[in-house]
Amino acid sequence: MNPIAADLKSADMDTPRKPKVRIATTSLAGCFGCHMSFLDIDERLVALLELVEFDRSPLTDIKVCGPCEIGIIEGGVCNAENVHVLRTFREQCTTLVAIGACAINGGLPAQRNHLPLATLLQEVYTTRPGLAHGGIPNDPELPLPLHKVHPLHEVVKVDYFIPGCPPSAEVIWTFLSDLLAGRAPASDRRTIHFD
Amino acid sequence: MSDSCFSLDGASIAFAAGQTILQAAMDAGHYIPHLCFHPELKPHGSCKVCSVRVDGNMMASCTTPARQGMKVESATTEVDDQRRAVVQMLFVEGNHFCPSCEQSGRCKLQATAYELQMTSPHFDHFFPDRAVDASHPDFLLDFNRCILCSLCVRASRDVDQKAVFGLAGRGIGTRLIVNSESGRLGDSDFAATDKAAQVCPVGAILRKRQGFNVPIGQRTYDVAPIRESDRGGPEKR
Ligand code: SF4
Ligand code: SF4
Repeated sequence: MNPIAADLKSADMDTPRKPKVRIATTSLAGCFGCHMSFLDIDERLVALLELVEFDRSPLTDIKVCGPCEIGIIEGGVCNAENVHVLRTFREQCTTLVAIGACAINGGLPAQRNHLPLATLLQEVYTTRPGLAHGGIPNDPELPLPLHKVHPLHEVVKVDYFIPGCPPSAEVIWTFLSDLLAGRAPASDRRTIHFD
Repeated sequence: MSDSCFSLDGASIAFAAGQTILQAAMDAGHYIPHLCFHPELKPHGSCKVCSVRVDGNMMASCTTPARQGMKVESATTEVDDQRRAVVQMLFVEGNHFCPSCEQSGRCKLQATAYELQMTSPHFDHFFPDRAVDASHPDFLLDFNRCILCSLCVRASRDVDQKAVFGLAGRGIGTRLIVNSESGRLGDSDFAATDKAAQVCPVGAILRKRQGFNVPIGQRTYDVAPIRESDRGGPEKR
């Protein structure tokens, strides 16, 4: 067990049990790679679960984010639903964390920002060879794409950023350990990577 | 050499007549973050990343002559905060998608951002529309990543005696141009042996077919931070 988690746990034994820290996570315009990297903390997930419980997250399948201490978001903002989810996270979470290149600068999805949206949709759904030619999807349940893909900080205030594509499990674990121990997460230049 | 000295964050730095603060500091093995400076080329003073506080005033250390007894502050929270803001502006003004950039891990802009503990671009992105010029057989010119440092301009003009590159326009409209009839690199007399082919600090002038010869994670600044390789001595790429 990570010494920080162990410290917190032994301190807990003498005092009445503290309520667990609630964490919500989601992927907007991302690839779930950051979530996969988070899962790479492997058995430390067990130590983490003694300190936290998950609210909305792909790990729980809860669909709507309730009040939480920490919200972690991967992916940028590419459609109207992303904006809605991001704003809900900001309202519900005391500390909001942007994780990965896409959440921080738009990343791969933002590479479409140089092409007109109409051209893109036509290319993908009608003109590209080998298509069934069903036309551009127009179901009212589908969220409308935004003109451009934006990083999270252009829409809401973000408290912390964990860069990387994806950030390593070590970086994610160190960040969470700091935050849960009540320390300001340190950004050591040796652990910052944009790739 | 003269025995003149100035103080850099409390350390005594000896300088020769005519040296700038940055040159003297680098000769003495001190790192001051910088992007548009190259030890073999005439200083330009445009990126402002090397700014220091000199007797109370912010000055670009690459163009400010060293003076006897001056008090220079560089490694302070205040100065680093201003440098970080300058670097963040460089990121949002261009299109820097590091995970797909061949220069990632070898890029001075990125390494300087790491050094300044930049975790986000902070400002709103411009997402400018810029072209890629792939017309040259051996080099790619990707304007998306150009930070207008003018190192290629100075190297081509002053070392190669060719003037292949130039900066046109003013202010936010400033852009890099190529000196050929078509404006394309392939139609200029740019060659792989040019000094201008070796000085780009970012992934704007890229040698073709070499981008991934070293895996990500094992590149120059993955192995050692820029403060260790960029405090004097020969250029490392
Ligand atoms: S030039 Fe440097 S900062 Fe820009 S995308 Fe490439 S590695 Fe990143
Ligand atoms: S192409 Fe490279 S060297 Fe030339 S001005 Fe742009 S960033 Fe500087």
